[in-house]
This record gives sequence, C-alpha cells and structure tokens, in this order.
Amino acid sequence: MTTDTAITTPTDSRRVHYLNASYGIKSWLLTLDHKRIGILYLVMTTVFFIIGGVFATLIRLELLTPQADVVEAATYNKLFTMHGVAMIFFFLIPAVPAVLGNFLLPIQIGARDVAFPKINLLSWYCFMAGGTLATVAIIMGGVDTGWTFYTPYSSTYSSFYVPLALTGVFINGFSSILTGVNFLTTVHKMRAPGMTWFRLPLFVWAQYATSIIMILGTPVIAITLLLVALENVFGIGIFNPDLGGDPILFQHMFWFYSHPAVYIMIVPGFGVISDVIACFARKRIYGYSFVAFSSLAIALLGFLVWGHHMFTTGQSMYASMVFSFLSFLIAVPTAVKIFNWTATLYKGSVSMECPMYYAMGFIGLFLIGGLTGLFLSTIAIDIHLHDTYFVVAHFHFVMVGGMVMAYLAGLHFWWPKITGCTYSEGWAKVSAVLIFFGFNLTFLPQFVLGYLGMPRRYHVYPEEFQVLNVMSTAGATILAAGYAVLFTYLILSLFMNRRAGPNPWRAKGLEWEIPSPPGPHNFDVTPIVTAEAYAYDEEDVTPATPGAPDEGSPIPREAERTEA
Amino acid sequence: MGMWAFIAQEIMFFGGLFAGYTVYRYKYLAAFTEGSNHLPIELGALNTAILIGSSFTMAMAVRSAQVGEKGPLLRWILATMALGIAFLGVKSIEYADKYHHNLVPGLSFEGSGQLKIFFSFYFAMTGMHALHMIIGLGIMLWMIPKIRRGTYTREYFSPVENFGLYWHFVDIVWIFLFPLLYLIGRDPWMTIM
Amino acid sequence: MSDNFPLFPEQASTFAWQVDYLYFLLLGLSAFFAVAVVFFLVLFSFKYRRRSEDERPRPIEGSVALEVTWSIIPLILSLAVFSLGAGAFFRMYRAPENAIDIYVVGKQWMWKIQHPEGKREINELHVPVNQPVRLTLASEDVIHSFFIPAFRTKKDVVPGRYNTMWFEATKVGEYHLFCAEYCGTQHSGMVGRVVVMEQEEFQNWLSGGVSGETMVEAGARQFQQLGCETCHKESDQGRGPKLSGIYGHLVKLTTGQEVVADEDYLRNSILDPGSQVVGGYKPIMPTFQGQLSEETLLQIISYIRSLSDSE
Repeated sequence: MTTDTAITTPTDSRRVHYLNASYGIKSWLLTLDHKRIGILYLVMTTVFFIIGGVFATLIRLELLTPQADVVEAATYNKLFTMHGVAMIFFFLIPAVPAVLGNFLLPIQIGARDVAFPKINLLSWYCFMAGGTLATVAIIMGGVDTGWTFYTPYSSTYSSFYVPLALTGVFINGFSSILTGVNFLTTVHKMRAPGMTWFRLPLFVWAQYATSIIMILGTPVIAITLLLVALENVFGIGIFNPDLGGDPILFQHMFWFYSHPAVYIMIVPGFGVISDVIACFARKRIYGYSFVAFSSLAIALLGFLVWGHHMFTTGQSMYASMVFSFLSFLIAVPTAVKIFNWTATLYKGSVSMECPMYYAMGFIGLFLIGGLTGLFLSTIAIDIHLHDTYFVVAHFHFVMVGGMVMAYLAGLHFWWPKITGCTYSEGWAKVSAVLIFFGFNLTFLPQFVLGYLGMPRRYHVYPEEFQVLNVMSTAGATILAAGYAVLFTYLILSLFMNRRAGPNPWRAKGLEWEIPSPPGPHNFDVTPIVTAEAYAYDEEDVTPATPGAPDEGSPIPREAERTEA
Repeated sequence: MGMWAFIAQEIMFFGGLFAGYTVYRYKYLAAFTEGSNHLPIELGALNTAILIGSSFTMAMAVRSAQVGEKGPLLRWILATMALGIAFLGVKSIEYADKYHHNLVPGLSFEGSGQLKIFFSFYFAMTGMHALHMIIGLGIMLWMIPKIRRGTYTREYFSPVENFGLYWHFVDIVWIFLFPLLYLIGRDPWMTIM
Repeated sequence: MSDNFPLFPEQASTFAWQVDYLYFLLLGLSAFFAVAVVFFLVLFSFKYRRRSEDERPRPIEGSVALEVTWSIIPLILSLAVFSLGAGAFFRMYRAPENAIDIYVVGKQWMWKIQHPEGKREINELHVPVNQPVRLTLASEDVIHSFFIPAFRTKKDVVPGRYNTMWFEATKVGEYHLFCAEYCGTQHSGMVGRVVVMEQEEFQNWLSGGVSGETMVEAGARQFQQLGCETCHKESDQGRGPKLSGIYGHLVKLTTGQEVVADEDYLRNSILDPGSQVVGGYKPIMPTFQGQLSEETLLQIISYIRSLSDSE
C-alpha cells in the first residue's frame, strides 16, 4: 500500500494518488479502485450524453419548420427514440450515482472502497455492453418505438432490431442493480467508527435511498423488456390482443419500474444540492433529518404512483383516482426539501461560486418542473395534456433543469477533488448562465405548445405552432453553446496546471480532509468521526492555504494502521 | 447483506412474472386450467423432491464449511450439483414432451391464443428458473477448485454461505412455481398425458 | 411563418372551461409558491452574502413546528386540488343518457368514422353543437389516441377492447383532431378536423349525399351473410344463445361468472368465442379472428344492440 506521508507542495508531482498510481490501459480497464471506476463512468456517460445531444439537435432542427425538410418521418422516429434511450438509460440513470456516487460514497463514509469492488467493475462492463448493444441496434436498424417501447407496436409491428435494443437495456439494468447492491451494503457495513447514520452527509442518504429503488425496481423492467423481446421474436402473445394478450399490461409493468426510475435519476441530485448548499451557505442543512427521511419517503411513494402515466388508457376511474391522490402526496416531501434548502441560506454566509450558481438554478427550475407535475397529477387536466408537449416540457424541466444542473453543480464542486485541478471560474459562470437561459428558452414555450394541443413525437405540425417551435430551437442553440463552453474549460483545466488543494471551498466532509486527488486507498488511517454532518460552525479542519500541514484538527485521528 | 439485497431484487424479477401470470389466470381461467392439466404432475413432483433434497445437501455443505471440513464440503457440493443436474434433466424431458405435442409457443404451437399465453408463461417462468439454476451450477463448478485448495475455512466461508442463500432462494421460487403452474385448478382424477 | 400564433386553445366544449379553470387555479398556486421561494432565495443570497473569508455563521435550531407547517400546508393544498380535479374527472367520465353515438376506428395512419345513420368519414368528424356525443373507439392495429384540444379531451384507442369518450361541443367551427399516441411512421400524419355544426345543418349533412345503409342495416346484412343466424335463432332452440335482448344484460357463463353483455363482450364472443361461453351451451362457435375489420364488428354489434331496443 502506498503511503501518503507528508502533504507535499501542490506542484510536487511525485506524490502518488489514484490517477498516477499505475499506468496503462489494463490498469484502468481492470481497476478495482472505486475512484477510477467513477472516472470510467464519467467518460462514458459523457459520450452517451453527446450522442443523445446530437439527436436532440437534429430533432430541434427538424422542428424549426412545420414540414418535413431535414429528415423523413421514419428517421425522425428513430431520432427521438435514440435521444430518449441514450439520455435516460445511459446518461441520467448512471450519472450521479455511478460517477459521483462511486467516487465519493466510500470517502464520505470514511471507507477505503466499496463493499464489492469487483462487482463495481462488473457493473461498468454491464453498462458498456448494454449501451453499445442498444446504440448499435438503434443506429443500424429500425428502432422507432420511442424509449417507452409500447406494445403492440414494439412487439408485433416492429423490426427485429427492437429485441436487440431491449437486450441492451436489459443488460444495462444489471449495472444499476449491482451498483445498488454495492452501495447499500457499503453504507450499512463500512462506515468509519463514529460515523453514525445521522452524521452522514445528505449525499450519502440520497445514494442510499436511490440504491433501494434501483434494487427493487430494475428487475421489473428487466422482466418486462424480456417478455416484449420474446413476444417480438417468438410471437408468444402476452401483449398481443389478437392472441388474447393485453397491451395495457405492458404499460403497467413498464411504468411500475419507470416511474421509480425517475426518482433514481433525481434523488441523487437532491443529495448533491444538499452538500453544495451547505458548503456555500456555510451552514448545516436546515432540518437535516427531515431532508434525509424525505428521500426515503420519495423512494417508497415512488413505487405507488405508476398509473398516473395511464389516465387516458381506459383504466378504471377508481384506479385513476387512487394514482392521482398518491401522486399529489409525493409533492409534499419534495416541497419539504425545497423549503429546507431555502431556509439553510437564512443567516448563512452565502458565496456565489459556480457550483452555487447551478444549485440555485436547480432549485428554481426543479421547482417549476415539480409544480408542473401537479398539473399532470390532476386527472381532468392530464386528460388534455397527456402525450402533448406539456409533458415533454415537464420532464425536461425536472431532468435537465433539475438533474443535469445538480450533476453539473456536483461536478464543479468536486472537480478539484477528483482531478486535482481547478477550472476557470469566469468561464464556468458564463457557461452556467448560458445553460440556464438556453434551457428556459427551449422548454418554457413547450408548456404553451402543450396546452395548445401539440402532440408529442410529431414530425410535422400545424403552422400556427411554428413561432413557439422556433423559440424552442433558438433556446436549444444557446443551450448547446453553453454545453460546448462547459466541455471546453473543463477539459482545458486538466492541462492548465492549476493545482487544487485538499479543500478549496473550505467545505466540511471527510472527502475534504484528504489530498486532491485522493490517494489510491483514500485514507492512510481510518478516520474516527466525532463531528456532526455539516459542522460549519466549527473551526476549519484543513487550513485555507493548500499544502500546509494538518494541525490542530478537532477531529482526532487514530494512530494505528487499519486492516487490509 | 449484499446477497440479501440481491435476493430482494430477484424476488421483484420473478414477482413481475408471477403478477403477469396472476392477471392472465384471472382473465382466462378456463384456458389456464386446461394448461395446468397438460403438465405432468408426477415429473413436477419429482423435481420438487429433487430440489428440496438439493437444499438439504446445500445446507449440509454450508455446515461443513462452517466447521472447516474440506472433504465433506466437497462431497455435499457435488451432491447438490448432481441433484441440480437431475432437476434439469427432468425439465428437459418435460420440454421435449411439450415440443412433441406442439405446445411450444414460437416454435410449434397448436391451440388457442389463451392457451398459448399459458404456455408462454410456463416456458418463461420455468425457463428463467432453469437459467438461474444453471448459473448456480456454474458457480458451484467454479467453487470446486477453491474448495480443493482449501480457500474456505472456519474463518472465511461467507461465499459458501451466500451461495447457499442463493440456492435456497432458487428452490423457493420453484416451490411457488410448482403449485401455480401444475397444481391449482387441476382435475384430480385426470390422467396425465 | 404564420403571423397568427395562438397562445391558448379555443374553448369549444363543456369540458373546456372546467379544465381551464383548474389549470389557472394551479397556475396561480404554482406561481405563488415559485415566486415566494425564488424571492427568499434571492433575498437570503443577497442579505446573507459572505462578507469575509472567515465568517462563521451561528447555527440555527431546526424547528419541528415549522417543518410540520410547511408540510401540512402543501398537503392540504394538494388534496384540495386533487378533489377538484377528481370531481371534474368524475363528471367527464360517464356520458349523459341522451348522448348520440358515433363510432371511430383508428388504424395506421387514419381515422375512420361511422355514424349510425350510415354516413362515413375519413379523418373528419362532424358533430352537432350543444349535443352530447359519445364516441366508441376501436383500433385495427396498435394503440392510438383520439385527441381534440379544443374540447380538452382525449382517449387512447387500444386494440383488443373498446374505449369510450364523450363531449358536448359548445361552439360551431372547425377544430384540430390529432392522434396522440405514437403509432409508427406516419403518426404525425394521423390528423384531421372536427366540424361542429348547428343541429339542423348536421341533420341535413347526415341525410345528404349518397344514401347508404345505416350501421344497423349493414350489421344485419353481415349477420346474415356470415351465417350467424344459423345458430343464433330467434327462439331458444338454436345452438347458440338468443341474441335479442341480450345487450346490456347480465349473462351467466359456463364457469359460473356473470358478466354484462356490453360491446367488449360481444366483440370478444365473435373473435374468441371459446373464452366466454354462455352457461348451458357448448363451445362450438367458430372464431372470426382476422376475418372481420373493426368497422364490420361495430356494425354487427350495432345490429345486436338494436335487437334489444326493439323489445
């Protein structure tokens, strides 16, 4: 085990950390280090984000005019299918858990790695295999079912490439399940001494809640997609009405997973925002236990509301009412979080650095997204709005305005820790503003379009909808520019030789007490935790100037070595 | 603990199939009853006995691991494998028989759409179950060299224990499958084909 | 580019104002909370901005009372909106007694509409104003959805079953009709218009043009051509149950279950007769699966329904 003795000066490249501890492609592709696995995920989820983004660009280009002039109908249908599949299954679902969670979870609880490092690596390979298979199937073939794969279109009326794509998603499901099992066990069994449940950062609580959803929900989509694939290939008849099957059964099974899936996507983001706000307001999160439990409440309630995607299918009136009622209930723990984050700023010491820009943006945009969800929970309104652009706007607000902003907040917050480099704050703020405005211009008009009645997945549309569509595409251009700037300065930061110290933000948390980037085994000695979470009212643990030796820490350190 | 979490998700996986089966059984009671009557109850019962036996041998294997007895551990694992293979053998006889009677959806099927749905579930559920058993056999095969090398001791036998959990789970799934598919709604006096 | 761009759809049905009212209520509530939260966010970010690097704010005690309050208030508001929405939905669910029936068949990628009086349309639906209309929806292939934004209503059209929806148009004019469930390549092309006419005009339109058979007449013809009457006789002596008077009544099956003989039941009996056999009869009816289009099925069912009306 490499020893990280003195904290050397920042420019001392002889210090061994997880990035330079070993070289060569094998050391990365066969790594068992959770931090390297996090980086592997970072790279690949970004690739899928770009793929999904390219398809989004083509979609918005086509929608500039009411006619079909960029692509033909069949191609357009494949575009939105691929956009959805890539973004949901291969970017949003892994993003915070697999990238930030993998990197930070063990460190935040004071552990050296996750409970099952080999399974962690396997999880990445499942992700890679599934993602590759699905992408290839969709690009080469004719998958135009939409990411929702509704039967009987996907099972009886569609090409052979559909089961291939479904298999890709199926394999990817194992990635989620294994990550969930890993995280759950890690949080239960590997917390450092003194790290009680209520001293955990809220990021860990969020990952924990997400892991529960991943474990319980993903197998249901697995079996559902498997059955659709079997039906497509063997014609077995479970969802085929001509053989006595029920296409609506598919919807029930599909949404039973896919609704909790959206909570897999957003709850980790909630965790990131909690940690970021606590740091940049320099205060403990107001109502810590309420925020912690609200994550669990959302995870549980999330399994009970799937029918709100099916109000217009002809399901029983009573079922619809029950689902509507439960969907309204979920609004409450979510609102609680927002109020608590706002209250955290009260009498705080607020500093607006880039992660905080994203966090503030998150609260505003997620709020709008969540509130529009209430419109869709109201059955009478949903009947009008179902399958229109209102729904599209709603979920982009929560997923992009919410989740992506939270992801970017986390990425910028922990970037110095992960890479050991600092990015240009000026350009970061430019990008954040561009993204914020671009996003709003893209999706706010879509609410109007939806209420007007423009349906989803439409390739051509009535002329009177054009002005709003043009606004939306203009916004998308600005959004794309924002992302371009983001990629540029983040990648450049890796080469600009601006080293970061262990705690550039003066934040609290075990991850800020180790060097940036961390050593291969995170901690030289197992920390013993005595401070509460977000103990911002106490003295700083590490001094503000990077590189100075660790002194006068109120958290005593255990002197002896830990077990291997 | 990780294994319990994994088992939880397996329950959800099979749960989806069970839920679908329940829905269709309610809808098409007549066809599903007919389907059940097509299934050979004596082979199903034999398989149930085999699997329960294999859970017994598995439990004995775990015990051997706990007390650090390498020889018995190896023997009990081999016994479990043998019983698992026997189960799969009986299953293949069943499957072949279905094929001869043109009851395999997708390959050769004669019958109403609703009967096809029954058999789709039959093959999906028992097929998934068999797949999990094959994986279990694979894991046991992989464990054999480790046992011979003495990897598992009194201090470190959790892989054996965890695998035992997995194997018992697979057994329990069958214990639910057997009545659901073979038994309920069955005409007790009907001779098996 | 069109220089007419609407920002809000027309209100052309009795549902429209109900839905819009709920919409604006929620909009108001949402705006209130959104503005309030953003206001406090901005206020606190500014008022409590960091003034010095080593500033260390004093921790404030959480207040359970506050947490409970701001949990309960959204809960109450949520439940209030839910109830209003549920009430509106309840009214939207069941068609009034005096609704006239029109039959819609969706197939890739067009809408085929049949009026009982015999008039047929493609991608157009003519209806009278101020008269409740019930649509029975059937699909030939995949799931579609019949959506009229100006009426604020839609319903999925699901293969293998009948869904119904109803509306009462309040304004004469022409309105968009869209398919709102992705159904394949030309999903965006599965559009049309709903034409609302004055009652008298509608009657004229119905009876004008080439006079064809009514749906009941068409159904009767099919019933005879397909040989249904060989088993389903007027008397109880046929090999199949007597059909006059059956519609809308309870039927006891061989399994002992009792079901209502509605459109779904009749359709199922024609396409999969073995699944729901009436008690006392043998399962010998042949299936017509794949032989009859959804429109034909609707005609036959109309005919069977008419046998009850004449009771």
